[in-house]
Amino acid sequence: MHLQLETVAVFAPLLGGAIAGLFGKKIGDKAANFVTCTLMLASAGSAIALFYDILLKHDPRTVQLFTWISSGALNVSWALRFDQLATVMVAVVTVVSTCVHFYSIGYMAHDKARARFTAYLSLFTFAMLMLVTADNLVQLFFGWEGVGLMSYLLIGFWNEKESANSAAIKAFVMNRIGDFGLALGLMATFFLFHSLDFKDIFAHAAEMQNATIMFLGHGFGALNLICALLFVGAMGKSAQLGLHTWLPDAMEGPTPVSALIHAATMVTAGVFMVARMSPLYEYAVDVRMFITIMGGLTAFIAATIAITQFDIKRVIAYSTMSQLGYMFFALGVSAYSAAIFHLFTHAFFKALLFLGSGSVIHAMGGEQDMRKMGGLYKKIPHTYVMMWIGSLALAGIPLFAGYYSKDMILEADFARMGHVAHFAWVLGVAAAFLTAFYSWRLIFMTFHGKPRADKHTMDHVHESPPVMLVPLYVLATGATFGGWAFRKFFVGRMRFKFWGKSLFVLKGDNVISMAEHIPSWAGHAPAVVGVTGILVAFWLYMKATKVPGKIVKAFKPVHSLLFNKWYFDEIYHALGVVPAFVVGRILWKTGDGKIIDGLGPDGVARVVAKGSRETSKVETGYVYHYAFAMLLGVVAFITAYIFCVQR
Amino acid sequence: MTAFDFHDMIVALPEVKLAAMSLALLLLAVVSKKENYRLVAWLAVAVLAVTGALVACGTHGTAFGDMFVSDAFSTYMKLVVVTGSAASLIMATRYLEHEKASRIEYPVLILFATLGMMLMISANSLISLYMGLELQSLPLYVLAAIRRDSVRSTEAGLKYFVLGALSSGLFLYGASLVYGFTGSVDFTQMAGILQGHASTLPGIVTGMVLVLAALAFKISAVPFHMWAPDVYEGAPTPVTAFFAIAPKVAAIALLTRVLTGPFWGMMQEWQQVIVVISMASMLLGGVAAVAQTNIKRLLAYSSIGHMGYALVGLAAASAAGVQAVIVYMTIYAVMSAGAFAVVLMMKKDGRMVEDISDLAGLGKAQPLLAFAMSVLMFSMAGIPPLAGFFGKLFVFQAAVAEGLYTLALVGVLTSVVAAFYYIRIVKVMYFDEPKKAGFDATEDRGLKFVLALSTFAVMFFIVMPAPVLASAHAAALALIP
Repeated sequence: MHLQLETVAVFAPLLGGAIAGLFGKKIGDKAANFVTCTLMLASAGSAIALFYDILLKHDPRTVQLFTWISSGALNVSWALRFDQLATVMVAVVTVVSTCVHFYSIGYMAHDKARARFTAYLSLFTFAMLMLVTADNLVQLFFGWEGVGLMSYLLIGFWNEKESANSAAIKAFVMNRIGDFGLALGLMATFFLFHSLDFKDIFAHAAEMQNATIMFLGHGFGALNLICALLFVGAMGKSAQLGLHTWLPDAMEGPTPVSALIHAATMVTAGVFMVARMSPLYEYAVDVRMFITIMGGLTAFIAATIAITQFDIKRVIAYSTMSQLGYMFFALGVSAYSAAIFHLFTHAFFKALLFLGSGSVIHAMGGEQDMRKMGGLYKKIPHTYVMMWIGSLALAGIPLFAGYYSKDMILEADFARMGHVAHFAWVLGVAAAFLTAFYSWRLIFMTFHGKPRADKHTMDHVHESPPVMLVPLYVLATGATFGGWAFRKFFVGRMRFKFWGKSLFVLKGDNVISMAEHIPSWAGHAPAVVGVTGILVAFWLYMKATKVPGKIVKAFKPVHSLLFNKWYFDEIYHALGVVPAFVVGRILWKTGDGKIIDGLGPDGVARVVAKGSRETSKVETGYVYHYAFAMLLGVVAFITAYIFCVQR
Repeated sequence: MTAFDFHDMIVALPEVKLAAMSLALLLLAVVSKKENYRLVAWLAVAVLAVTGALVACGTHGTAFGDMFVSDAFSTYMKLVVVTGSAASLIMATRYLEHEKASRIEYPVLILFATLGMMLMISANSLISLYMGLELQSLPLYVLAAIRRDSVRSTEAGLKYFVLGALSSGLFLYGASLVYGFTGSVDFTQMAGILQGHASTLPGIVTGMVLVLAALAFKISAVPFHMWAPDVYEGAPTPVTAFFAIAPKVAAIALLTRVLTGPFWGMMQEWQQVIVVISMASMLLGGVAAVAQTNIKRLLAYSSIGHMGYALVGLAAASAAGVQAVIVYMTIYAVMSAGAFAVVLMMKKDGRMVEDISDLAGLGKAQPLLAFAMSVLMFSMAGIPPLAGFFGKLFVFQAAVAEGLYTLALVGVLTSVVAAFYYIRIVKVMYFDEPKKAGFDATEDRGLKFVLALSTFAVMFFIVMPAPVLASAHAAALALIP
């Protein structure tokens, strides 16, 4: 295996992570940072070269590494599938990850375990790259679990904080539910196709569209079943409504983690996976309908929660969830390229927003509550500008990256006929309004108005060092020009050549082309509601600052519902956690303690000890007792035989 | 049949020579002074070595009007018995001197008992069987009571004698019944007669059960085991070691020959008795040993359990089963010799101790001794890759091959229980706080030699099991072709 761009791109982070993780204590934090950052730069450089090579010169390829499992019909090998879709992902992941690596040098400067942190970041990047370059479902699953593990470790990075530990566990458990679905989907795929290689699966997808699988006594459309199970996995990883509750809590991790894992890359794994499996999803019409509805609801509900939150990172976390909803309903209407386009632009502006908010938190000495901020724009002007750019891109204001991708999604959605698509479109437009509103609510509450922090904190507010600001500039460049520059490749006239065969769309589902013919009012709606949202936020939080409080009072129940995140956590606690604890306690105390231990180890031990004492008592030492026992034995045997023989 | 046949002498040469040499040694012992104890003892070992060589080079065939048989089975078992006797004699010599119990009768009695065992193994009729049995038992009674000044020793000897007499009575009653119904005492003829219908007659079955009971007494199988703990504890430790090694092997060999020879046609009947006895022995050996604090008593129960496992192979009633029994008894003899060597080394401030708790702290004080004991205990518990594991494996395999699933299952479960008390000894040695660290360093090279050899054999059986397995296979085929 000679050194290729592909292997450098994927394995450089692994090397960096291994060095920093294994020898971090020996070589020191600075050296660990240096190694990981250098190798990430090498990885990102290779990825950009590959992006040029594969996407702009249209040359997809697969690098075979070696065979992993060969057992009967199951053949799994390690291979790096660098087709167009994977290359986009690799580029996004490595570039954002490099920015985050550098940013972390500054952000974590005062932490005790910097080498461990940077090792985790690198290993996460490696796992994510394995996921996106997977050539088969097993390798994808490996990467999928790998990012889950690193996410767990990074959320709980500050393991002296109890809230961080419980958030990490929550993320792990919620993801486990999703992973269970993914694993079942994987098995069902093998059951149906007798292979887990993408090329075999995709080659035979069309033949299988009428196949059925018996499951729980029902015959299900095989592809619908597989796609539904895989989507459960995607729901967990990408925080779709129902399995989303871990994402806001994941903000307990250090902010760079939130930026890299819980905004730009890992949470988009679900989106990527569905796009990767597009040859299957194209035939699973019912599941795509469900995805559309879930995506729309997620986009809208997350946005409604975001407008009531005060924690700066939570607002952005809910906004992430909401944007993921957009991506999913794009997938649902077969606009895979639009979904990936949004994933691409979102990675830049959301990482920018998170790192920017990290810069704010850094400046405020760890404060995350927006009610204790305000008036910061003069003190941290660079960060302020970065947050503006990020928000403009997020809200979909023309010329910024988010505008092109979000617009494309909503247009494709509108172009798609049917109630489901239009339902999602309405939710999407409403969410667009809310997005603009909460973004500027965040900006106004944080940077404008009178300072609400105490004087001591305000005196210490300082702009972040260059090592944190430069990554912001890089991301800001992406957030500003990413949409405009790549539009024609991702969803414009160059799209067919750009994507090659990596995304599959049935003839009748070509919504991107249809989107060119929608009425102009529908096309302009997202931008218009976006600007409206900004204006409303300006009015409420800059001019009539008393009004928000009055609105809250007037609509108390609604506000409570939103503020408490639609009570998802409480419902899960009551329906899931509490019964699990009750059942667990019963199984533990009664089932394990009394029944299994009681009858098993403890009981047997007790019986043996008792039996031992009793048999010892029989050993009286009197010869006639012994003789009696012998004769008794003889008589018993003979009697038994006499009866046997007579019969 | 002539009165004296030279051929008979050739076939029975080891026994004849052993008898002659034992008598000569007795003569020497009596006419010489008491100081010559050590000479007599070592001469006895030499006699056993010569006997072993004669056995190994011996001729196969029958002698004395078919009353005596020498075949691959008898050769193998005699070698085990003779080696066991020699080992126990080597272990005893210095110990008895130190305990001021060095009586010249001791080696001679061991020789006579060994002669009895060899005759038992080679017995081919009820008469020669009984002669061998008694020739073995009488010296054993005396040996158990050899410390006439000790109440416990005399009590042990007396108990053993009374109960042994009872078992002899049972045997004779059973033998007379069998003779009455078959009209023969010859094993070969009996085997022919007991094929088919005759085997289900109540009288025959009763006789067979009585004979079985007497032999079960000799191997201390449940419910004829009750003498064992008392005698093991009461008898002087070298005698206990001897009891645990040689007579057990000889009695199992005799039992095997009787069941696969004259009573082979009654396999259906005796198999059930053996299964019950085997299960009961394994259960009692496992359970009762748990509460013991005296190591000799513990080893008595352990020996009862081991007999149960050996009987599992016999219950299978197949060539593989007999082979498993032979292998099991060989390994058992080796392990017992090692374990008793350790017990004989348990001396604190010049005084022998027998409590398990006295072993505490041995792991630190005498790491090599503790290691050897651990290996032996793990082997007895049946932990791979030690020899004891293979012994159990083969008997269970044989039982399962014959469909005796319940028996094999009980065996596996009881070996779990038994593992507790074996491993407890290891725990005591390594983890318990010692009352007083370590034993007196032993100067006894004989003991060290036996212990080293036994530990080595137990550890490296896995490397070269073939000689034992092949000989055992040949021996088994001599009984069940």
